Amino acid sequence: MAETSTAGEELPVIARFTVRRRAYLAPDGTTLRRLPSFASDTGLLAVLYRAMVLARAFDLKAVSLQRTGRLGTYAVALGQEAVAVGIASAMRPEDVLLPSYRDNAALLWRGMKMEEILLFWGGDERGNLSSGPAHEFPYCIPVGSQAPHAAGVAYAFKFRKQPRVAVCLIGDGATSKGDVWEAMNFAAIWKLPVIFVVNNNQWAISVPLRLQTASETLAQKAIAAGCAGEQVDGNIAMRAAADDAIAAARDGRGPRLIEALTYRLSDHTTADDATRYRPAEEVAARWKEEPIARLRSYLAGRGAWGKADEEQLAAECQERVEAAVAHYLATEPRPPETMFDHLYAELPKVYEAQRDEVKGTSHA
Amino acid sequence: MPELTLVESVNLALARAMQDDPDVIVLGEDVGLNGGVFRATVGLQERFGPERVIDTPLAELLISGLCVGMAAQGLKPVGEIQFMGFLYPCIDQLVNHASRLRHRTQGRLSCPMVLRTPHGAGIRAPEHHSEATEAMLAHIPGLRVVMPSSPERAYGLLLAAIRDPDPVVFLEPTRVYRSAKGQVEDNGEALPLDVAFVLRQGRDVTLISWGAMVKDTLAAADALAAEGLDPEVIDLATLKPYDEDTVLASVSKTGRCVIVHEAARTGGFGAEIAALIAERGLLSLLAPVIRVTGYDTIVPLPRLEQRYMPSVGRILTAARKLCQFG
Repeated sequence: MAETSTAGEELPVIARFTVRRRAYLAPDGTTLRRLPSFASDTGLLAVLYRAMVLARAFDLKAVSLQRTGRLGTYAVALGQEAVAVGIASAMRPEDVLLPSYRDNAALLWRGMKMEEILLFWGGDERGNLSSGPAHEFPYCIPVGSQAPHAAGVAYAFKFRKQPRVAVCLIGDGATSKGDVWEAMNFAAIWKLPVIFVVNNNQWAISVPLRLQTASETLAQKAIAAGCAGEQVDGNIAMRAAADDAIAAARDGRGPRLIEALTYRLSDHTTADDATRYRPAEEVAARWKEEPIARLRSYLAGRGAWGKADEEQLAAECQERVEAAVAHYLATEPRPPETMFDHLYAELPKVYEAQRDEVKGTSHA
Repeated sequence: MPELTLVESVNLALARAMQDDPDVIVLGEDVGLNGGVFRATVGLQERFGPERVIDTPLAELLISGLCVGMAAQGLKPVGEIQFMGFLYPCIDQLVNHASRLRHRTQGRLSCPMVLRTPHGAGIRAPEHHSEATEAMLAHIPGLRVVMPSSPERAYGLLLAAIRDPDPVVFLEPTRVYRSAKGQVEDNGEALPLDVAFVLRQGRDVTLISWGAMVKDTLAAADALAAEGLDPEVIDLATLKPYDEDTVLASVSKTGRCVIVHEAARTGGFGAEIAALIAERGLLSLLAPVIRVTGYDTIVPLPRLEQRYMPSVGRILTAARKLCQFG
């Protein structure tokens, strides 16, 4: 453990903290401790598995659309599917998700359609209309700045005595920002029903975790705020951590930070080339821990998944993704004057001339 | 009808809004137990409880970010930032989130929040407590920027800001917080946003101002009238979006315009108004548009701040010059 005491002499200890890691299965499938009860529900696990596979198929298709000039810059979540599906599947529809730009798998689970995701990353605000829950937040693009929103949403839940939970998805880089600290600090003071899930994928574009923080864990960043924090094997134990945290939050036991250990197997976005800063051996080693193969192997080991299931699922995913792509590509751009739509509840009269100018009907 | 100071009328409007609408929440540093550093929120926590009048941690970004989250859930948060110099951590939230939440979700979410902060110099305050950077805010699409100059307008415009379905930054003129007094009836009636107030009708020269400078501008107008001139005075009141029609109508009548603001000159909001007049009112001008503003320097500490801000004398000099032009 790092030496953080400055005492030159034996002074009394006035506080102690521990950080726990939740892990059930080693990457090779070895059981590490007693599994959560839902682990025997292979039906549920197969549903989660399907969602992860679909998200990956969608991601890979999005990259190919970008590479062929049919989509804008896109943030791939290759290898992080279990974190997103684990937390989203533990939420209720009336809860509110505050996602970052890499959380497509969670948004899909919550009901956002693939064509809507493509529409947003293809450069059309209508994507954020989203078929997901109406009160869901859109992608947060500036890193971590939705964390205070999550605290505000959770405050509203508590104020109105609604048994709802806000879930904020951020990355390891976001934990370096004051926004996240300020939000956790406030959430802990008011015991708000909010979960901060840190996708610790080890890299913030090209900056590795060791240059992001000197903390041994990101979970411990919560502890200074008086907020519960735990570290989780995000690639296989996320759902259990999510169930626990959400139940506690809904029950009035306050906020929690979940540091989900995972790995970004892809580039940061389609505009990035990770080979510039990341050794291939590191990535190759991490492929052995990726979540989809691990869950498949778990299910197969219990006779709940076979080759035929896999082939059928792959075909299904391809069909669904292709249908979404076709829908997206067939969506016509809106007329240019719609850039003034929803700027305010009602467009101030003073801007009508500009809207008319865009529309081409200006007589100025 | 009681005579109230401007800060008392802010307090009255907050109390009225909270009484009328259980979704209105006040939050900020020292706003609860202490009633706010300027006492704008005095008595509110006692009356409405600590869950509706929240003493937040000392974190301005948090205050603005909480407002966004609460507002997206349909609450009507009114955040207080103690001084404009401490507003800057909120700029990220205002630009990237509050002002565009409705637009980027195409109306699915909205952000009916108000962020209040004292504005301007002249109270012999420490460094960073005398900022007048309203132009920075008025540049943000999707936002409203409102600044009252009297107790009556503080009451009516703050009620309007709180009821408005979009985010509003409400800038309160610190210098006249207590010196501006007026008859304010607590009738719950809002004044219109996006509308300028013509405080004095005249034919010779248009004087446009906002916030604390309105007082000096009115004093200058009195002096001009004593000299036989007939000035018109406009309190812009809402800077974003601002009332172009009232400005242009006035200038088309007078042909002369002096814009008075205490913010630094370059890129100040006066430049926007001058550009509007150049674009759409040029032919009615009898003289150049003149700006009387703070200088393009850091607001000086109290020993020199009075020399920084536009004075009645500087406004008079500018207006006389225009009236003698050509």
